Amino acid sequence: MKTLVWVEHDGQAVKDATLSAVTAASKLGEVHLLVAGENVAGVAEAAAKIAGVGKVHVADGAPFAHALAENVAPLVATLMEGHDAFVAPATTTGKNITPRVAALLDVMQLSDILSVEGPDTFTRPIYAGNAIATVKTSDAKLVVTVRGTAFEKAAAEGGSGTIEAIEGVGTDAGVSSFVSAEIAQSARPELTSAKIIVSGGRALGSAEEFHKLIDPLADKLGAGVGASRAAVDAGYAPNDYQVGQTGKIVAPEVYVAVGISGAIQHLAGMKDSKVIVAINKDEDAPIFQVADLGLVGDLFKLVPELTEKL
Amino acid sequence: MKALVPVKRVLDYNVKPRVKADGTGVDLANVKMSMNPFDEIAVEEAIRLKEKGVVTEIVAVSIGVAKAQDTLRTALAMGADRAILVTAETEVEPLAVAKLLKAIVDEEAPQLVILGKQAIDDDANQTGQMLAALLGWGQGTFASKVEVEGDSAKVTREVDGGLETVSLKLPAIITTDLRLNEPRYATLPNIMKAKSKPLATKTPADYAVDIAPRLTVVSVAEPSKRQAGAKVADVDELVMKLKAMGVAK
Repeated sequence: MKTLVWVEHDGQAVKDATLSAVTAASKLGEVHLLVAGENVAGVAEAAAKIAGVGKVHVADGAPFAHALAENVAPLVATLMEGHDAFVAPATTTGKNITPRVAALLDVMQLSDILSVEGPDTFTRPIYAGNAIATVKTSDAKLVVTVRGTAFEKAAAEGGSGTIEAIEGVGTDAGVSSFVSAEIAQSARPELTSAKIIVSGGRALGSAEEFHKLIDPLADKLGAGVGASRAAVDAGYAPNDYQVGQTGKIVAPEVYVAVGISGAIQHLAGMKDSKVIVAINKDEDAPIFQVADLGLVGDLFKLVPELTEKL
Repeated sequence: MKALVPVKRVLDYNVKPRVKADGTGVDLANVKMSMNPFDEIAVEEAIRLKEKGVVTEIVAVSIGVAKAQDTLRTALAMGADRAILVTAETEVEPLAVAKLLKAIVDEEAPQLVILGKQAIDDDANQTGQMLAALLGWGQGTFASKVEVEGDSAKVTREVDGGLETVSLKLPAIITTDLRLNEPRYATLPNIMKAKSKPLATKTPADYAVDIAPRLTVVSVAEPSKRQAGAKVADVDELVMKLKAMGVAK
């Protein structure tokens, strides 16, 4: 089976989510990549080095500069004439583009797959991860998005793919255009690839306390910083910190939940973490039902003490 | 302009889903069902656009069992003007929903279709994008801010690293993210009034759309349970355990 994988990148480097998608795709067959963007020669070279990669299709042109689904989806649909499956990481870019591709091909998409059970059979979470469905497709072409945390990352080096430019690219669908982006700057590890995550909830009480307590603990551990929806809605942390069904899905080695009660929507985003540590003053909080290590008490006292003793 | 708002009846978000013992699905008998939370946000946004004088009529649509009528009445009570129910006794996949919505769009000619970004039951996050593809329209997914100016819509989207703003030529598709707005509650007088608002009932056959599923659910299982953990007495014990795991030095 010839599989085309969407390469997620920021114009310079290939993002880790791509590497997990490559692993999932390699379970289906021959892996080809698609690098779309503007001035992406460097990205294409990096992509060609990913282990196990065959051809790297490169669409370099202004219409692809910001990965607008309206311009990218028709390109992918055309490339799918020579491929049997399209695989994209379940990032916001992947989720934006992939269903548009599926509809153009008149096939149903499988979202956020957790495992490949066979050439047409996959598992995926439903109901905020409270149930796992095994699903078989009868469509001629496969279109899937991959949950990054469910697949090992393919090695970023060691491959020798051949780079092939797609000729005649450059069509703009003319229905949408990029205006601006506000990308949060952070020196900390990116949430979805961090090995350790320290996450804060509503109990922190204010943005000030959030940064005063959570940031030093995260820095001590070299951790990424996350937040519950309640903390984000209250303005304690920016939107892209949110972990949960509607935010980011993470599975770090250690997840430290501070002042988070553990609503099912939050658990959906982090319950596959290897070790969960919970600090909460309510000993009946649902978070303790999934925590490996629980500490009951006042976080305003315990967190600074923990930071100091680490 | 007219706005079309598709809404879905789903298991209430506060209810913990129970997987059926025979592994055929999630038990939906005698459990509370509600409007998908993202769809409430979509209805609210359409109403706010109407209050600003941008939208003149709001048509709510739902596809599903006869009881989905309740979900449409909720949308009408919030402020939608009329509703269309497309009845289907089996689960309808996002691709088929998108095809039905396309047929309704062709008939109703709205300038905006506002959908939720995902339904909290199948967690697919596909329908809006698929509908945009079928119509060839622009799509503003995961919207946290919408501004309609003349014949275009400026949509701020929640993306992985932060926010991104795109401009869409109307007609266009918007899918809502959580922070777009806070949906209003339907008041009792409005719930009463909603009962007399028009609600048309249709079938997929009326739109000549084949809703046969492309996917077969082989089985539905409980996720693997986590081992129950232990509580530690104090910070010292926590630090000791973290060190033993190699997390801290």
